[in-house]
Amino acid sequence: MVRILIPTALRQYVANSSPEVVIKAETVNEAISKLTRENQKLARHILDEQGKLRNFVNIFLNDEDIRALDGEDTKVSDSDTIRIVPAIAGGEVPSKALRRYFCKRA
Amino acid sequence: MQKGVARQIFAALPHLYQRDNNIEVTQKDLEKQVEISPREYRRYGRHLIIPEVGMEGQRKLKAARVLVIGTGGLGAPSSLYLAAAGVGTLGLIDFDVVDETNLHRQILYTEKDVGKSKVMTAKARLLEANPNIKINTYEERLTSENALEIFREYDIIVDGTDNFPTRYLTNDACVMLGKPNVYASIFRFEGQVTVFDANRGPCYRCLYPKPPPPGLVPSCAEGGVLGVLPGLIGLIQATETIKLILGKGDPLIGRLLVFDALGMKFEELRIRKNPKCPLCSPNPGITALIDYEQFCGIGEKDRLSREVASVTPKILKEEMSNGKKITLIDVREPHEYEIARIEGAKLLPLGELPERVNELDTADELVMYCHTGARSARATQFLRGLGFRKVRNLEGGIDAWSIEVDPSVPRY
Repeated sequence: MVRILIPTALRQYVANSSPEVVIKAETVNEAISKLTRENQKLARHILDEQGKLRNFVNIFLNDEDIRALDGEDTKVSDSDTIRIVPAIAGGEVPSKALRRYFCKRA
Repeated sequence: MQKGVARQIFAALPHLYQRDNNIEVTQKDLEKQVEISPREYRRYGRHLIIPEVGMEGQRKLKAARVLVIGTGGLGAPSSLYLAAAGVGTLGLIDFDVVDETNLHRQILYTEKDVGKSKVMTAKARLLEANPNIKINTYEERLTSENALEIFREYDIIVDGTDNFPTRYLTNDACVMLGKPNVYASIFRFEGQVTVFDANRGPCYRCLYPKPPPPGLVPSCAEGGVLGVLPGLIGLIQATETIKLILGKGDPLIGRLLVFDALGMKFEELRIRKNPKCPLCSPNPGITALIDYEQFCGIGEKDRLSREVASVTPKILKEEMSNGKKITLIDVREPHEYEIARIEGAKLLPLGELPERVNELDTADELVMYCHTGARSARATQFLRGLGFRKVRNLEGGIDAWSIEVDPSVPRY
């Protein structure tokens, strides 16, 4: 069983807003597929229309970026931890300029 | 800045400039270039007795020029400590004014500063903390037009911004000028910190070649942030900046530090240079600064927001008073609904809208609202796409409603 750590920004899209999910998988790809199948909302946020990982989402196996390993085909074993690391922007509340883009009155 | 002065300071910190690594700065050179007054000896006494700092380190700190981008949650604590530590020249860039909602974390500001310019207030506060330093203020937005010119005057850039366009702009300008970028970002209880220095490791684009389209990763405005978190993370940025200036210790280059305040855990992830990075690889595709708002999909969002049918709070109030039957839909999260709501509104969080759309009737006059109008604009657009014709967005959200129509609704 491999442990998948869910970042704070994406926890709201996982059942019970869980900080981690334990899944049985042989590869990173299998783990992410199972995770997103069980959590459809999360799928929309980390996978594109073709079901591929979006490029503002990085996956680490233990402390190593899977791009430096075998990508999504990287084998995982029982003691491993997969970490999802999305790009986050904050700072804090969006600057007024940015808010103006979304909303003329802010 | 005069050429001679720039050159003098430049030579004091050759370790920061790879191309000038052959310059050897002796203790005597530094002494000639940077004078420490008797009062400063006393002020920095506890630094001077650390072997890794000493007189040489304190002179380097005084010679250093650091630009802090954004004087908010991250920039407030980092600039305060950099000033106290004796960094000789600090640049502050921010075009915003102090807002009440800043005060739970932006410790440079007090209640009496609300409504005042952030950089001018910060400058006064930092000079109170240490009158021996120089502060340059830039009360303007960082843009592709001014970034290179401003960055050129500094040795290290501290990125404390709050949005993707400015992050990519900061990264790109730093890579083009060969400057280290002390990076951090935060969300709720979590922070990420690293030092991007393309001469010695990856840049931000190696890690994230492209930004998320607006709306896919929640922002702090929607998600909030624990007030102490930017303090912790901002001080890691200040620590890394000081280490870079001193040339001591292991800089956080090629390592992404992920901090979780709830679990009180620091995890270190290895990050590598992307050999095909569009910016910092030997054959980069990007050689000049671009339009970062367009790159981050913000121009597109702007266009969509403008196209979405909307109603102002005042007009909505009038319609309701005239007896028009309007169904108000609140697309915020349940905990926001707890804080404040418009009477009679139905809660339907944006994330649940696709699967609960059958709860809405296309025949009804719908008005969607959220905190400030961004999420409800997306909801309005989504419903229009499904064939809802009588749906409008409340401009400025519940915040504007509170200001313009009903002050009894708390603002947050």
